[in-house]
Amino acid sequence: MKPASFIYHAPRSTDEAVSLLAELAPQDGRILAGGQSLVPTMAFRMARPAHLIDINGIAELAKLSVSGLVLSIGACVRHAAFDSDTVPGVTGDLLRKVVHNIAHYPIRTRGTFCGSVANADPASEWCCVMASLDGIAVARSQRGTRRLPASEFYQGIMATALAEDEMVVAAELPMLPAGTRTGFVEFSRRKGDFAIAMALVAYRLENGAMVEPRVGIGGAEAHARRIGAAEDALRGQAPGAEAFSAAGVAAAAAIDPLEDINNSADYRRGLVRTLVTRALESAA
Amino acid sequence: MTGKPTAWIGASVARLEDRPLVTGRGRFADDISFPHQLHMRMVRSAYAHGRLSRIDTSEALAVRGVVAIWTAADIADLPPIDFREGPNETLAPFRQSVLASGHVRYAGEPVAAVFATDPYVAEDAADLVEVVIDELDAVIDAADEPSEFAKGLTTEPTICRQGFGDIADAFKHAAKIVELDLAIGRHSAVPLETRGAIGRYDAARDVLELHGAAKVPHRNRESLSRMLGRSTGGIHLYESHVGGGFGVRGEIYPEDILVLVAAMRLGRPVKWIEDRREHMIAANHSRQQRHRIRAAVDADGRLLGIDDQFYHDQGAYIRTHGTRIADMSCGILPGPYRLPNYRVNGHFRLTNKTPAATYRSPGRYETNFVRERLMDAIAREFGLSRIEIRRRNLIAPEEMPYARPLLALGDEVVLDSGHYEALLDKALARCNWDRLEREVQARRKAGELVGLGVAMYVEKSGLGPIDGVRVHVHPSGEVEVITGGASVGQGFETVVAQVCAEVLGIDYRKIRVVHGQTDRIEYGIGAHATRATVMTANATANAAAAVRAKALDMAAQLLQSSVGDLTIVNGVIGRHDGKGATITLGDTAHHLRPMSSTRGERVPSLSADGWFTTEHMTYPYGVQIAQVKIDQGTGRVDVEKMLIAFDVGRAINPMLVRGQLVGGYAQGLGGALFEEFQYDERGQPLSVTFADYLLPTAGDMPELDVLIAEDAPSPRNPLGIKGAGEGGVAAVGAVIASAVDDALGGGLITQLPITPQALKAIIDQRKAGK
Amino acid sequence: MSERHDINLKINGADYAVSVEARRTLVDTIRDNCGLTGTHIGCEHGVCGACTVLVDGEPVRSCLMFAVQAQGREIRTVEGLQQGDRLHPLQEAFMQHHALQCGFCTPGFLMLAVGVLEKHADLSDEELIDVLSSNLCRCTGYENIIKAVRAVAESMKARP
Repeated sequence: MKPASFIYHAPRSTDEAVSLLAELAPQDGRILAGGQSLVPTMAFRMARPAHLIDINGIAELAKLSVSGLVLSIGACVRHAAFDSDTVPGVTGDLLRKVVHNIAHYPIRTRGTFCGSVANADPASEWCCVMASLDGIAVARSQRGTRRLPASEFYQGIMATALAEDEMVVAAELPMLPAGTRTGFVEFSRRKGDFAIAMALVAYRLENGAMVEPRVGIGGAEAHARRIGAAEDALRGQAPGAEAFSAAGVAAAAAIDPLEDINNSADYRRGLVRTLVTRALESAA
Repeated sequence: MTGKPTAWIGASVARLEDRPLVTGRGRFADDISFPHQLHMRMVRSAYAHGRLSRIDTSEALAVRGVVAIWTAADIADLPPIDFREGPNETLAPFRQSVLASGHVRYAGEPVAAVFATDPYVAEDAADLVEVVIDELDAVIDAADEPSEFAKGLTTEPTICRQGFGDIADAFKHAAKIVELDLAIGRHSAVPLETRGAIGRYDAARDVLELHGAAKVPHRNRESLSRMLGRSTGGIHLYESHVGGGFGVRGEIYPEDILVLVAAMRLGRPVKWIEDRREHMIAANHSRQQRHRIRAAVDADGRLLGIDDQFYHDQGAYIRTHGTRIADMSCGILPGPYRLPNYRVNGHFRLTNKTPAATYRSPGRYETNFVRERLMDAIAREFGLSRIEIRRRNLIAPEEMPYARPLLALGDEVVLDSGHYEALLDKALARCNWDRLEREVQARRKAGELVGLGVAMYVEKSGLGPIDGVRVHVHPSGEVEVITGGASVGQGFETVVAQVCAEVLGIDYRKIRVVHGQTDRIEYGIGAHATRATVMTANATANAAAAVRAKALDMAAQLLQSSVGDLTIVNGVIGRHDGKGATITLGDTAHHLRPMSSTRGERVPSLSADGWFTTEHMTYPYGVQIAQVKIDQGTGRVDVEKMLIAFDVGRAINPMLVRGQLVGGYAQGLGGALFEEFQYDERGQPLSVTFADYLLPTAGDMPELDVLIAEDAPSPRNPLGIKGAGEGGVAAVGAVIASAVDDALGGGLITQLPITPQALKAIIDQRKAGK
Repeated sequence: MSERHDINLKINGADYAVSVEARRTLVDTIRDNCGLTGTHIGCEHGVCGACTVLVDGEPVRSCLMFAVQAQGREIRTVEGLQQGDRLHPLQEAFMQHHALQCGFCTPGFLMLAVGVLEKHADLSDEELIDVLSSNLCRCTGYENIIKAVRAVAESMKARP
């Protein structure tokens, strides 16, 4: 399972990368970041890019920083970066919870947050984070920069709003306010496998009632998204079994599940119901 | 000279094999390379069934670095791959040709072979070979009525029939009849190392070499010499390190033939290393059977008769094993239970899937699941405990040897020894079954879905009829045991060395064990069917005893003593009472060398051949107990506790025995919960990567309790060994099914693998029904 | 026609000058161009971990990296674990605990364990099993691999 031939480019700056992409994308040129998703597809020769633009040498893309209420994640920031105290606060805690579900340790030393975001695999945990927290994908091309909110960015299975000549240079997430409770639960056959479904929840408490609820579902549909009906079931309610169960039921009913030989639509609905409830229980 | 001889047999000593492996200096097939070698890449059918219309290699041949591309026309003189046991007229038309011609019958079937200077180039060229196939409907279900295989031949080459007694009468007199429809999913060994073979023709000596051999090098040499029309002296097989076999590696596959023929015809060594995707669709599959089984039971819950109709999904062709797995299934199904009447019809069916053959505990993993499900169902029918129903049916030690007029591997089934009920009691006590039951009850009351499972089984091992080794003591004191055995990683060298060391009276680390080299010894049985420890170790004991006798005889002369007064401790021969002069084994060997003046009339060389023969197989046996919990929200099964109790007769190295049982358990768990080769309606394989075919990981393993018993040594060999290689995997499907079913209330688990989706559906249905 | 890249790989402290196509994976280069065949290929799609090496101290699946990406990095493979005749504690532990049978997955597990223990000596048992779930073994059932790595982790904690 050797990859097909390609021409290798290793730009030293984002400008250079973007310029190469403009020139080579029409000739089937692609960005190489962590390679943990791309290289296997190349090994199977399902992907046969004629050019690879390796951005791992671009120092400015490796930045992970907080500015005000925004966490900015550069294109080369690895999954492993989130398995530490680097990102503070509630958001840091949430990302640390999520990262342990992503594949395995050696994958996390190479794979990147933005690479997952751009790949838009329905089972990607970071895509679920982006959708649930209304993250922004910062897309750059020679024509300029676009800031794409998750709800616009994700369009279908492995399909995003990125133009051929655009690359994700960073992803932005909100620094959730102190006191926000978060939960993340995923289900797969074995730990580290592609998720069959996952739920990310967040809310704050005001006078004993849940406010600003977020319920994001991933792995179950063509792309991750927030489920309004589930959030409605939480808003204004006291946290507890009744509201949590209602949110689970609402989420299960609202989704348009993916189906495959091992996982029927019904099964995914059942999972979503379970996972939303458990994520809420874990957040409390 | 001091001390007593060390008892190496029974000691958990560290392995001789390990050092090169932990230092990265092993030699697996892909580590072997020869100058000027070519790399072979297979072009495989993309369709499960079709007429091979046209193969266009022109574009591929133009790729720089491509030396040749062969299709069936280029090897028209080669016969199809024959059966290991010899020709069989009935089954012959269903053999696989080295390269497809006329029809393709499974996705993955080799259609062409590309030979190039580099594996990357070979793969590029293989992509450019155009294969035009007119797709035909695919047969997916072995239980469907047979269809056409080829003109005049159906997809049911034969029915394996066995039985005894009067089955109709048994059912007439039954107090109760229990009927089940059970299925075991298609899965297989999937070792970490994919297959590989390097063919080299040494023109200077006119010897054709196959490197990367495994499992049964001598047998394969015979088959290959027949297939290629070469004398056995003109072809040799070389096994170096092998990354797991479990039955699927080491059989003769098309690629093995091709590298040999290409090495001769292209005049360069030819190397072929399979990739993982290929392995999943081209290496032997296994396990898939569907059983429609009925039991006639008397008023006390004792079996009166079993009538089984099963469908064995052989895949597209009949490979080297012929119908042995189906035959084995017929012969071994009754397990440890008394059975007065029996009838089994094994419908041996071909489908458009990868061909199947042996995988660790073949025929037993399947039939243990079937038979133990039956016992659980009978227990439920009578309102008796699953333990009690088994007690009532177990064969007692006094009844041994217990002959069943059945055949397994062509050998009449004679259970040689076994304390089945005693092992059951040991297992129950070990896990504190009564307490487990109470705890499970309490947790159920609290709303958990938890269950206990039990399974009893008889394994088979020690397939004869004969093995022989040569033990040679070098004047330096180093000892060499030359065997015709094989190592797939199980510790073969260490076990043989331990036996030799104890009989000869030296440290096992002074012994070098040779295996897998057909040019070092004329005859060999390899290592499969859990026979190496039984056969080769016993032959080693005999050879070592002969060497010991020779040494003592020579030493007696040199030390002016008598043989009866002498012993060997740590390689030194001296008197039992420690008095007087001593002489090392090495020096004794020196005196026995051809030109020695002290040798006298003795045959030169301190070496001897030793043989061991056996008429029948031997039968280790076991009990497995599992506790599981089902997550009601997802259907996932968590194995909380697991006990394997297995009687091996005698454990040469308990640490290695445990390693075999635990490793086997992991594979069994895979077959019970995770692993399956799935196909769509067109016969397209869907499980071709490690992302879809799920192997258990460290996180999936429960705390395992292993009880190795030596209560029933085999009377069939002086060392009493029964062998452990397949004892771990054999009953895992059965015991996990039993435990999951117990958690759900019984009568619901009829197929493997048990998936979260299936369990969730059952759970939801019950909730709705409530 | 693919261009060749002349690169220098630093493996176990030694330099290897190789000339490779861009698509040549790091594992193929280590094995076939540098002659270090201790690192094995089990799946070529990044799941089994048999190809695990350390790149700048981190466990990496060398089948998912191209050799051209590894220039200027410190690569460590199983061949570099021993110092002369003295084996690494993990190698000793694997032998002592019967943590290998066929040995094919062993180099990958060793490098994974070395990489993780060198960075996180105070791993909890749960985290340890989690990390060891990264790689596949088909022979041992993992029990003894866990025991061997756990033993070395404990002894590293015990050392001041």
